[in-house]
Amino acid sequence: MDNIINLLFDPLQYGFMLRALAVSILIGIICPVIGSYVVIRGLAFMGDAIAHAILPGLVIGFLIGVSPVVSAIPVGILIAFLIGYLSRKTGLSEDTSIGILFAGLFAFGLILLSLFKSVRINLSDILLGQVLGVSQNDIMITGLLVIIVLITLIAFHKELVFAGFDPQGASIIGLPTNLLDYLLLGLTAVVIVISIQAVGVILVMAMLVTPAATAYLLARNFKIMMLIGPIIGIIATSLGLYSSFYWNIPSGPAMTLATVALFTLTVVFKRMIRN
Amino acid sequence: MRVLDDVSFIIDHGLMVGVVGPNGAGKTTLFNAILGLISPTYGSIRIHGLPFSEMRGELAYVPQQEKVNWRFPLTASDVVMLGRQRKIGWVRRPSNEDKQIVSSCLEKVGLSERGLDLVTNLSGGQRQRLFIARALAQEAHTLLLDEAFSGVDVASQEGLIEILQSLTNEGKTVLIATHDLTNLAKRFDLVLCLNQHVCALGPPSESFTPAVLAELYGAHGMSLINETGKP
Repeated sequence: MDNIINLLFDPLQYGFMLRALAVSILIGIICPVIGSYVVIRGLAFMGDAIAHAILPGLVIGFLIGVSPVVSAIPVGILIAFLIGYLSRKTGLSEDTSIGILFAGLFAFGLILLSLFKSVRINLSDILLGQVLGVSQNDIMITGLLVIIVLITLIAFHKELVFAGFDPQGASIIGLPTNLLDYLLLGLTAVVIVISIQAVGVILVMAMLVTPAATAYLLARNFKIMMLIGPIIGIIATSLGLYSSFYWNIPSGPAMTLATVALFTLTVVFKRMIRN
Repeated sequence: MRVLDDVSFIIDHGLMVGVVGPNGAGKTTLFNAILGLISPTYGSIRIHGLPFSEMRGELAYVPQQEKVNWRFPLTASDVVMLGRQRKIGWVRRPSNEDKQIVSSCLEKVGLSERGLDLVTNLSGGQRQRLFIARALAQEAHTLLLDEAFSGVDVASQEGLIEILQSLTNEGKTVLIATHDLTNLAKRFDLVLCLNQHVCALGPPSESFTPAVLAELYGAHGMSLINETGKP
């Protein structure tokens, strides 16, 4: 027993691990909550696109010296708007619009990065995350944003569910379904930006989708899914962080593998129960 | 492109009206216009003499099954509660009264036992009854059902018709769009025959003349209907 306690608390004597754990837990909570909508409404590709297209925002943040979390959020929300706007105005399918913006903005970000060599950022930190490098300030901003997203989701739960389940019915009774969709995408963009700190641009999709999908398998209904998700999320991100500490592996991929492992266990467990 | 042209009609309340026509006749377009989802290029639509904007909430809609995201893990009660949205208002939570209304609406359509079941696990007929319960919870006086009977077996169709008839007896108006005449036509008080324009409006026995049927379904459709017994 003592061993386990030591295993858990020893790393926390290092300030960077304590800060990393705080951010990991916050991300573990918020990703599956917004992820429940992403999974049920089939927005995974959209989420992945927002994550990649955010790159210019991150680079600009480093350039002008503000927290990348702050500079990337307006870009993320803008992208969410642009995707909806492009498919509405051109008649192109949504995934085509996503594909165009996804690649275009990601490429733009890479070029910005190569043009401004003065900025000392590690591309692999952006792509794969570097939770061990978060500052006190990052924790504060992350915590504040998590609270804002949670409160918004709770406040508009009824309306977001209606618009997602039966959009036509929702607009007939007068709900502004387009606005609600933009709200959801905007919140998703916020969550993606804060999660990039931990798992990076490429793997953020895993955090958005996998814990929520695991909760979907375990929960009886949508509300319970949104409540179970954070438990799974916290276990996964903490597990990933500790494995990264003890085995000296990158934290983003470790967290991602932990979520996938929990998902796999759940699938196997459900099958065993059924038999 | 004109989908519908020269569509003028008046319907009294308390009637069950079949909106009948082939696929592509403009039934869904007509419904969308009545429901305020699209606005007519010319002319106007009034409900109880008022434009839609003032009657919002008085119209309830039972959508085509494929327009709904069935992956959403909502319970039957959750779906009926959506009908209370306008009465509850933004952000606020349902009251006990709302919950009571939901359970009594589920009872009226014979789903009181299924309140906690996920919509995914309901049959086609039960899903239609569920949406009727949602319309009841909304306290709407006009119900529009789009292809409500497709994917529903004949026995369940009877059950649905009975529920709808009890609603018209209470003075509610029910409009049902359908392309299928075989089982249902004689159950309507009125049929509105639609194929880009109004071909006929009246009781089924008077409306389905050979000329109207030919206009709706062409010569081929006419023979088809005659084989299955003229409605």
